Amino acid sequence: MKNKKSVRHDGYNKTVCFYFQVHQPYRLSKCNVFEVGNKDDYFEGPATFENKAIFEKVARKCYLPTNALMLELLEKHPEFRVSYSFSGVFLDQCLQFGELGKEVLDSFKKIIATGQAEVLCETYYHSLSWLYSKKEFAEQIIKQKKLIYKLFKKKPTVFRNTELIYSSEIAEFIREMGFKGILAEGWDHYLEWKSPYFVYNPEKVDLHPADRKIARQMAVNKAPKKPACRQGRDIALLLKCYKLSDDIAFRFSNRTWSEWPLTTDKYAAWLDAIMGDTINLFMDYETFGEHQWEDTGIFEFMRHLPEALLRRNIGFKTPSETIKAYKPVGRVHVPYLMSWADMERDLSAWVSNPMQESALRRIFELEPTVHQSASKMTKKKAEELENTWRRLQTSDHFYYMCTKYWNDGDVHAYFSCYESPYDAYITYMNTLNDFEQKLIKI
Amino acid sequence: MRVLMYGWEFPPIQSGGLGVACQGIVEGLLSHNHAVFLVLPKTTPAMQMYSPDSFKVLSAGESGGIVEIEHVATGLYSPYATSNDAYWENLKKLLKEEPNTIYSQNMLEEVYRYAAKAAVHARHIPHDIIHTHDWLTTEAGIQAKKISGQPHIMHVHATEFDRSGDTPNQAVYDLEKRGMEHADRVIAVSEYTKKMLMKYYGIKEWKIDVVHNAVQPNLPTGRQAFSTYHKSHHINPTDKVVLFLGRMTMQKGPDYFLKMAKKVLDHMKRVKFVMAGDGDMMDQIIRLSIDLGIERNVLFSGFLKGDEISRAYAEADLYVMPSVSEPFGLTPLEAIKQGTPVLISKQSGISEVIRNALRVDFWDIDEMANKVIAALRYPDLHRTLRERSKEELDKMSWQKQAGEITKVYQKAINK
Repeated sequence: MKNKKSVRHDGYNKTVCFYFQVHQPYRLSKCNVFEVGNKDDYFEGPATFENKAIFEKVARKCYLPTNALMLELLEKHPEFRVSYSFSGVFLDQCLQFGELGKEVLDSFKKIIATGQAEVLCETYYHSLSWLYSKKEFAEQIIKQKKLIYKLFKKKPTVFRNTELIYSSEIAEFIREMGFKGILAEGWDHYLEWKSPYFVYNPEKVDLHPADRKIARQMAVNKAPKKPACRQGRDIALLLKCYKLSDDIAFRFSNRTWSEWPLTTDKYAAWLDAIMGDTINLFMDYETFGEHQWEDTGIFEFMRHLPEALLRRNIGFKTPSETIKAYKPVGRVHVPYLMSWADMERDLSAWVSNPMQESALRRIFELEPTVHQSASKMTKKKAEELENTWRRLQTSDHFYYMCTKYWNDGDVHAYFSCYESPYDAYITYMNTLNDFEQKLIKI
Repeated sequence: MRVLMYGWEFPPIQSGGLGVACQGIVEGLLSHNHAVFLVLPKTTPAMQMYSPDSFKVLSAGESGGIVEIEHVATGLYSPYATSNDAYWENLKKLLKEEPNTIYSQNMLEEVYRYAAKAAVHARHIPHDIIHTHDWLTTEAGIQAKKISGQPHIMHVHATEFDRSGDTPNQAVYDLEKRGMEHADRVIAVSEYTKKMLMKYYGIKEWKIDVVHNAVQPNLPTGRQAFSTYHKSHHINPTDKVVLFLGRMTMQKGPDYFLKMAKKVLDHMKRVKFVMAGDGDMMDQIIRLSIDLGIERNVLFSGFLKGDEISRAYAEADLYVMPSVSEPFGLTPLEAIKQGTPVLISKQSGISEVIRNALRVDFWDIDEMANKVIAALRYPDLHRTLRERSKEELDKMSWQKQAGEITKVYQKAINK
């Protein structure tokens, strides 16, 4: 069989697959009830957390220095590979925030242009749309795909959902949309005896016929002509190695961690000891310089990692290359929704109290009204309206309303631009009320 | 340990939070098997009967502690009224009731006279530690320590700056400062208070421990039981009720409450603002409600007691504590206990304790009104606040806090 390639055709013992999440939400401007009805700009951010200021801060601490490092590594080691998923709202901010935004975007373009970096696809607005509207979910994927093409001239074929939210059903939908691969958390709970160090296929599940129809209608990649072929084509599943990923993303600077300090040699030895094809290291890009500050040595760690791994005959692959290189070893079934967040790996960070539930319900209930209103407007105005509605869907808004960290008094787990989840909710609902009033007037 | 404690108010004789806190502390200490000898200015037969077996928080088996209560009469009457005029007013009343009174005509002298009388107990009551509360009793602690030589803990529930703002009574300030300087250790009811003790009294940080107050989990909660409330106050059953409950004094911010009410009413019509409590600003507050043109939506219920308090909390849709300066602030916990969400000023100790509350700066009327409206308008906000704050409250107990107090005792004894 011609497509049954030798697994170790490239001579490596195994390969590492890096994927970095790059996202910045449009945090809401303060909106009190007295402003409802005449609020102008929703998305400048709270006074002390202006979106522009945060973007600039993260650009200086993380994006620019990390991109410079990645570019250096990609040039020095032709074997090195990375992949990125940018949220559409992050790219929007690059385009919006002047010279610095342009500089950040250009440096990403340079990385992508090396041909050693892959761009993945996600929902443009980093949203939870899958939970509420399959059509909206698909539309945001299409919009994201267009943006990626416009900026990077790339057509993504691998998908990762917001916060790695995943289930077998999502995988099936994404498969129907024409993607070749999808990412998920390698959570022991459902993996059981299976190892995350191999490529899998998702368990086949049935979609609701209406959902399947949406997925097919809105497919991003051309489907094979014969339906039988389409049915047969499988999608590959890449699982995050959360222990090794979190060693870098969370534990790297933790001095109470028994393995601190983490050196490249020690880390490379851990990877060396692993039995498997691929080690999928997925993390937020802000790990470099923002979550782990420069003085923790994170940049130096990364600078020496590729050569340390190559010395041990561990190579690198992008998600697409990984999928191409390794034959899936089995099927994995995730019958419920899972994410990469917290110890629970569930959706409780975004949907676990009545405030979050009502806010999410309200924003998605507006879907028909928004489209109806948009149909009466000029194209530009309609886009603006839809854009506003969709920016209000960004998952971060609902994360800020989460009371579970708040209750435990665990302030460290509570990254927020608000003083409390209640303030987050009040600001969101006032803004939403303003938006609804404007909708009615159209 | 054997604790010689000088208290002031104690239920059922009380007018504010000090009595409630004192009771919680005593009961908590008993649950840790300490023996408490409590000296109060006034006692009732019911108090004399006060035995650990009757504690609602503890089963008889758990409470190995002993409490004894003694009283020493005085013309001083309130820990909250610190002006000489207030003392004189009270004394005039007392003179009518007890013409042959022994009380001094000067407040400060009376403090010293009371202290000397109360300290006598140090002679015949065996004790390992002396525990006093606020300015009225700390002098007794100083005197008692002179007699027995045992360490003195001063528990600060409020300072003169909280009570009187910009016009503190120098004599009271001096008493507080002297108490803290003489004490072996100082317990502050919040970080907020600790900072004030360091800033305004020059007390060293190492000397101060923060022990937050708690609430007794014993009150029955019964929203249904109070269904006549709206009727009896002529409130339409569908009207929303926002409650203020506390003394009408500068410290509690009743004027900020009214200004907020005005903003809310400009936006939302069917809201009633209930103001429960009495105090020196009462006339001014009534006038302000008229000046603002909102008198039809503001109801004054006067000073409430016992069941009426629980009822007021239970019937409200939101409890607001807009205090200008609140060392701790127990009332929000009482409101939460009755299932009512709270909005509290950031200038309070309680905002260190309760995370599931709406919080504002007391002077930020716009933001206060914004949050009140949100709490009344968004049922899911109301529900989340109610549920989460109740969960938080259930984790608190005087027993836990008394454990912290015990640690302070140990520090003082082992110094």
